[in-house]
Amino acid sequence: MTPPVTTLEQTAAAYKQASEKAARRVVICGGTGCIANGALNVFEAFVEQVATAGLEAAVVLNEHTDHGSVLISMSGCQGFCQMGPLVTVEPDGILYTRVRPEDVAEIVEATLVRGEVVDRLLYVDPVEHTHCRGTAEIPFYQRQTRTVLAGCGVMDPEDIREYIANDGYVAARRAFTELKPETICEEITLSGIRGRGGGGFPTGRKWELTRIQPEGKKYVICNGDEGDPGAFMDRSVMEGAPHRVIEGMMIAARAIGADEGYIYVRAEYPLAVARMKKAVADAQAMGILGDDVFGTGLKLDLHVMEGAGAFVCGEETALIASIEGHRGMPSPKPPFPAQSGLWGKPTVINNVETLATIPLILNMGAAEFRRRGTEKSPGTKTFALTGHVANTGLIEVPFGTTLREIIFDIGGGITRKDGSIDPDGFKAVQIGGPSGGCLTEEHLDLPLDFDSLRGVGAMVGSGGLVAMNRNTCMVAMARFFMQFTQNESCGKCVLCREGTKQMLALLDDIVEGRADQGTLDILEKLAVAVQKGSLCGLGKTAPNPVLSTLRHFRAEYEAHVFQKRCPAGKCKALLTPEICAELCKGCGLCLRTCPVGAISGERKQPHVIDAAKCIKCGACVAACKFNAISGATS
Amino acid sequence: MTSDNFVTIDGRQIPIEGEPNLLEVCRKANIDIPTFCYHSDLSVYGACRLCIVDIEGRGIVTSCSTAPEPGMVLRTNTEEIREMRKIAVELLLANHDQSCPTCARSSTCKLQGLARRLGIQEVRFKRTAKEAPIDRSSPSLVRDPNKCVLCGDCVRMCSEIQGIGAIDFANRGSQVTVGPAFGKELSGVECVYCGQCAAVCPTGAITPKSDVDDVWKVLEDPTKIVVAQIAPAVRVALGECFGLDPGVVTIGQIVAGLRAMGFDRVYDTCFAADLTVIEEGTEFLKRFVRGERMPQFTSCCPGWVKFAEQYCPDMLPNLSSCRSPQQMFGSLAKDVLPAEFGCEAKDLVVVSIMPCTAKKFEATRPEFERDSVRDVDFVLTTQELAQMIEGAGLQFGKLQPESLDLPMGFKTGAGVIFGNSGGVSEAVLRYAAEQVSGVKIEAPNFEMVRGTDGVREATINIAGHELRLAIVHGLGNARKLVERIRSGECDYHLVEVMACPGGCIGGAGQPIATDADVKARRTEGLYMADKMLQLHKSQENPYVAKAYETTLGEVGGEKAHSLLHTHYHSRKRIADEDIPFVTGEDLPKVRVRVCVGTSCFVRGSQELLKRLIGYIEENGLTDRVDVGATFCLERCNRGPSVAIGEEVFERCSFEQARDALAAQLGVVEVG
Repeated sequence: MTPPVTTLEQTAAAYKQASEKAARRVVICGGTGCIANGALNVFEAFVEQVATAGLEAAVVLNEHTDHGSVLISMSGCQGFCQMGPLVTVEPDGILYTRVRPEDVAEIVEATLVRGEVVDRLLYVDPVEHTHCRGTAEIPFYQRQTRTVLAGCGVMDPEDIREYIANDGYVAARRAFTELKPETICEEITLSGIRGRGGGGFPTGRKWELTRIQPEGKKYVICNGDEGDPGAFMDRSVMEGAPHRVIEGMMIAARAIGADEGYIYVRAEYPLAVARMKKAVADAQAMGILGDDVFGTGLKLDLHVMEGAGAFVCGEETALIASIEGHRGMPSPKPPFPAQSGLWGKPTVINNVETLATIPLILNMGAAEFRRRGTEKSPGTKTFALTGHVANTGLIEVPFGTTLREIIFDIGGGITRKDGSIDPDGFKAVQIGGPSGGCLTEEHLDLPLDFDSLRGVGAMVGSGGLVAMNRNTCMVAMARFFMQFTQNESCGKCVLCREGTKQMLALLDDIVEGRADQGTLDILEKLAVAVQKGSLCGLGKTAPNPVLSTLRHFRAEYEAHVFQKRCPAGKCKALLTPEICAELCKGCGLCLRTCPVGAISGERKQPHVIDAAKCIKCGACVAACKFNAISGATS
Repeated sequence: MTSDNFVTIDGRQIPIEGEPNLLEVCRKANIDIPTFCYHSDLSVYGACRLCIVDIEGRGIVTSCSTAPEPGMVLRTNTEEIREMRKIAVELLLANHDQSCPTCARSSTCKLQGLARRLGIQEVRFKRTAKEAPIDRSSPSLVRDPNKCVLCGDCVRMCSEIQGIGAIDFANRGSQVTVGPAFGKELSGVECVYCGQCAAVCPTGAITPKSDVDDVWKVLEDPTKIVVAQIAPAVRVALGECFGLDPGVVTIGQIVAGLRAMGFDRVYDTCFAADLTVIEEGTEFLKRFVRGERMPQFTSCCPGWVKFAEQYCPDMLPNLSSCRSPQQMFGSLAKDVLPAEFGCEAKDLVVVSIMPCTAKKFEATRPEFERDSVRDVDFVLTTQELAQMIEGAGLQFGKLQPESLDLPMGFKTGAGVIFGNSGGVSEAVLRYAAEQVSGVKIEAPNFEMVRGTDGVREATINIAGHELRLAIVHGLGNARKLVERIRSGECDYHLVEVMACPGGCIGGAGQPIATDADVKARRTEGLYMADKMLQLHKSQENPYVAKAYETTLGEVGGEKAHSLLHTHYHSRKRIADEDIPFVTGEDLPKVRVRVCVGTSCFVRGSQELLKRLIGYIEENGLTDRVDVGATFCLERCNRGPSVAIGEEVFERCSFEQARDALAAQLGVVEVG
């Protein structure tokens, strides 16, 4: 490996000099959500249209960049996934939403040439109905504290120079050239940062435990096997700020004395894999990684490894087994990875977000870091906000933020089936994915942190937040997550393998009308046994959705069991659709939709359902435009 | 040790004495913590969740994976623990083929035992078991996935102790199964049939294959003369099935029982073991003097022989060419007994009683057959014999001991100790020492080869000659030793290998062991039996000497060779399967097979295959050629190997393969 030819400062200066030549910068969001919505075509359209308009288009910044040109670049996830593809124009501070390639000519003509704003592409506040020019005016962004995600939506993730120009790798260099390993561990311990992957274990203590192991081969692993349905925080960080993850790993490696590391990314994240690989290669080429890190003579090699597609590989011992080429199955702890991890060597394994936070802590200092968040859970946390909220997307808030602020201020409130806001629609939030629990109305003002959530039977988990409106059946929701964990159990320990299967069977009995008191009793007993007795975190948390819904929505279970009725009208087997004569307009849509001809009625007259013929498929309920057909709802 | 170095278990203070985990401490306190997946010889797995205990301040943990710490206070039997164990066992039962009365493990099943211990009277969960096909393909073992509790004991035994890994987990969640790779049958993979998987299986998911019905059939057939041979290790273990202690020698009752069931003669495999000592010892001395094919490996253990054929084909010339005692007995019996009984060879039935499942496989090897008559017709395990005795209604404890038949029922102590790891070496030393020194040794003492370590070494000086021996048991140890021999790291003259831990006394056909010290007591039983016999050296067995005089001729001579020796063949190629790529039609075709085994693969055979297919397609030859990838043409050090028609090309390049193919097709090479 050749030694670094330029210092970080030289790289930064060269980059800044080049970027100052550009008159404007158009940033197209390159997160997976926006790419799926056509962001790559939008990017192409900009390159083409800027040239057509007679402006100088620059895709790569370097010494040849012309003065006054328009820099067109991609960024990582900007967070507002609901409104993608997103396009930001700087320095104007304009954010265009839902941009299609055919809109690009207009943007170029109006904004880039004439300096005007294209109003129709701005975000419209659904409550105030005002046009928001940029992120500063959009409530979704206003209420967030974006630190880990700060660079995500701005910087070009594939350009290491831009990261360096924004103080990138300064903390890693300090760690390697100025700080002693024990000092780094101390600083991280002082910051109070806890693992963002779910468990909330103090990161500093984990590092210190690994550092004090006898010298020799040690490893650092980045856990990017984000598998919770509805969670995409780690993916966004890896896609949007891959260098920050690498920098975090470098600091961890220095702190524990590791000279090799693995970035384990789930194979279902091809873009994250590609960007992490490029970032590692770029850092190596610059002498930041390799045989002589920052000229210290210390070595650090990082490998990007694609996961094998198992949820359980997010569990650290299973992940380690997977890297070793074994079947991804957890093993009993102790020994902890800090003592005996990858190939039996002391290993620190941290989640993506945790590692991405590390450079911030070294840069701002532990005391400054602690100013955000709560006493026991300092700092900020990213969440993937999904479900029945107006603004779904990737958000970052300090610990201690309440659910109300997240759902209503950032998320913009609960929506109905048709997308309109329902001010009284809130029913619950499932937090922490299949391992988490649900929170209800009574928890809306609970300041969220690791301990408060555990106290109410939920967990931060990896940070998936699924909001649910009042038409959600909580039993069906618990069943959904149980189906997931049942499929994803590695099958090693009896309680998880057989227990999840039986819990699923019991939940099936409940939603299909075969349950009695005994079903509820054994479900609860089994859930507790699986929670207490399973081998790994997956099994121990698998019953959480069941136990927390049993705790907060017992009446809903009882309605299913004793009255054979689904209050939300979602469980088809319990559904007896009825047409409300007052609401029915006699349009005949349901009649034509019904697959078994159970609906009859004259045109423009209220229709009726023949219960004997009805197979409870629910097609009529879904088809009716007047909400005239209901299940057995209240 | 400080005085506070103890844990409190259910109110009792139990000292910590280096136990690796709490489960062992509990066992020391005479508390039998239930478990499926903990075995002291295997790695800690932590899957069955039955060994849970409640530690003050920590809550419920599995005792197998928790190290004892001074001051720990734990309870092993609380309401909560009982309920959790019940739930775990009920969950297993809900997913278990509950045809218990007809299960081979009916009385020795751990799942059944635990259900009884925990007082489970109903299963509160739905039956979820789906019927999976039973694998009866192997001559030695039956694999019934419907009875598997997925504890992984067999998987770890096969890979950790035996170093094979013929079975492993597949699929995930509730779909998990244990079996050979790619859903193959046991007979289609590298299983050596040692049966140690069955020995550790807590249920009836893997069991020795029973030949009991066939044996009853021949016993009742008046046209058949049925003779039995009893292996050394059987006599110290069979009693366990009838409530006797391990190690108690019950040969007299076994003989009485076999006669009562209709066996015409009852002989002793130990006689054949004495014969083995003479043949193998003579072979060894010959090779030792000439320095030929050193070290000599023993060949008594059929599990090891198959293992060597699969993984160490380079070492096959080093294996003793001697048949195992079972097969020596079989060929000799089929040679001499028909005349004695006045019957045809096909009507003389040899039944072996063995501690071993691999012996069933050995008896079916094509080498051990003459004129379509098998040398050994049936092999029963110790377990099967116990079942026959029970089935015949014989009260084992009340059988009056009887003596074995002559001449092949007469043995020396040397033949008896064959059942222990180190026994073959000791017996051979007793012979070789006299042969080398030319002096009669009154009280031969070679006990230095005894012991329980997986790999033992001994250097013995006989009349100025230094003999270096190694004794291994467990095939994983054998693999490591072979690697060290290959690399020149060590250098022996004689290596004894037994597949099963402890040797034959630990064979998979033996009664299911309940206590940890069972093997040690069986071992002791055989050494005691040796002590109590008058003769201890095979060369002193007068009936062996007589057999040479009347039947076998010279030791190591022609007749002896044809009856007592055999040959081995490489089994690197386990399954005879090709993967077709191009299938030609109509015109006369050339068959091309490219080896994609490991050695050839690393030498670029995959690339060669790709280019060859490209060539065939480009030149429109797809109708003329069948191209397949194949696993191992057994020329591993000279790869890549390509077979074109009948000819095999070593170190084959693409150009060479292309030209040879073109020549065989009679097409003119253009490129």
